[in-house]
Amino acid sequence: MGTLNPLWFFMKKSMTVALFGITISDRYATVYSLTGTSMSPTFTTSSPGFPGYLKGISFVKAIQAKNDQMFIGYVKRNLSKLIRRMITGDIVLVEKFCLEKYKFSRGDVIAFKSPSDHKREFVKRLIALPGDSMQIPDTSDILKIPEGHCWVEGDNKEFSLDSRHFGPIPLGLVQGRVTHIIWPPQRISKVERKVAMERVRST
Amino acid sequence: MSTAGSRIASFLGGAAARFGKVPWREIREEAFDRAVLVLKAACFVHVVNTYVVGIAFVRGPSMLPTINLTGDVVAVERVSPRWGSLAVGDVVILLSPENPRKTVAKRVLGLEGDAVTFLIDPARGSASQTVVVPGGHVWVQGDNIYSSRDSRQFGPVPYGLIQGRAFCKVWPPEAVGLIGQKL
Repeated sequence: MGTLNPLWFFMKKSMTVALFGITISDRYATVYSLTGTSMSPTFTTSSPGFPGYLKGISFVKAIQAKNDQMFIGYVKRNLSKLIRRMITGDIVLVEKFCLEKYKFSRGDVIAFKSPSDHKREFVKRLIALPGDSMQIPDTSDILKIPEGHCWVEGDNKEFSLDSRHFGPIPLGLVQGRVTHIIWPPQRISKVERKVAMERVRST
Repeated sequence: MSTAGSRIASFLGGAAARFGKVPWREIREEAFDRAVLVLKAACFVHVVNTYVVGIAFVRGPSMLPTINLTGDVVAVERVSPRWGSLAVGDVVILLSPENPRKTVAKRVLGLEGDAVTFLIDPARGSASQTVVVPGGHVWVQGDNIYSSRDSRQFGPVPYGLIQGRAFCKVWPPEAVGLIGQKL
């Protein structure tokens, strides 16, 4: 009885923390550890190729890129490895209040589920909203974005797998908006909106 | 008048003393504990609703006769889509690709890689078309093909839009029952 009590207490407390953490992370704001070069120079990460692993669950989702591929990984709950992995790439704050009304602005950096694999998440910049007419890059075609969809592109054009490959994505796939870089300390800043005025005409 | 004044004064003095005797600290602690309990309950409801099972109110003509025009309440399980174990014939709840603020219920008729054949305009003739569902997408159609906006209009939808699988109707009582996999 005496030895069971602290264990029970600890389990109750961690259950409470987990419930609060999951709810806040789903509804209000969460933290992503980024990898991949598709959004440089906005976000810097280590060189591609370090393994992001799928063991255990942690508070941070690690998104790893290898050239044109990005996968979701859950970082091991091993603290020193966690810190080592966290140190190698930018850590960003992702807010979920925008999902209430799906209200975004052109130029926001958003996180969304990949349309070709629902288990992977990408982080890219929103270029055009539903109803906009935009010029498809490297062509002279004009595309009208269908209702309920948006066009996303990475800042680093050569290494980014984005709407230029899979077309406009439904807004329902968006999981949040990246607002701030919160690690490393010398890069703590607000993520600015960059609008591509010359390519997008809103209606 | 002075007796009224002195009575008021003594009442106020007594009130101040009684105010000091109220166990404010205990009340504050108990209020805090209760508030935390309410928050814990709300978070628990959120977690269960998002990761295990929830309910949804579905209405409209697109899923007749499976789901009523005036609306049925269905139980929606969240485990199958997350595990990727949806099958053809499942009724799923998904965010509409035409409006992310609208959730719709449709039946899965094709998974990635399947070739789906459908009537282009069932009210007029029997011209049909065959589409191969791309990777990471599903083909959804309403059971009532005459009155449903689905993949025949907006194409295959990405798997990530699916919110859950409706497996059972729970209200109204005369409609209670499992939702079958009509093929």
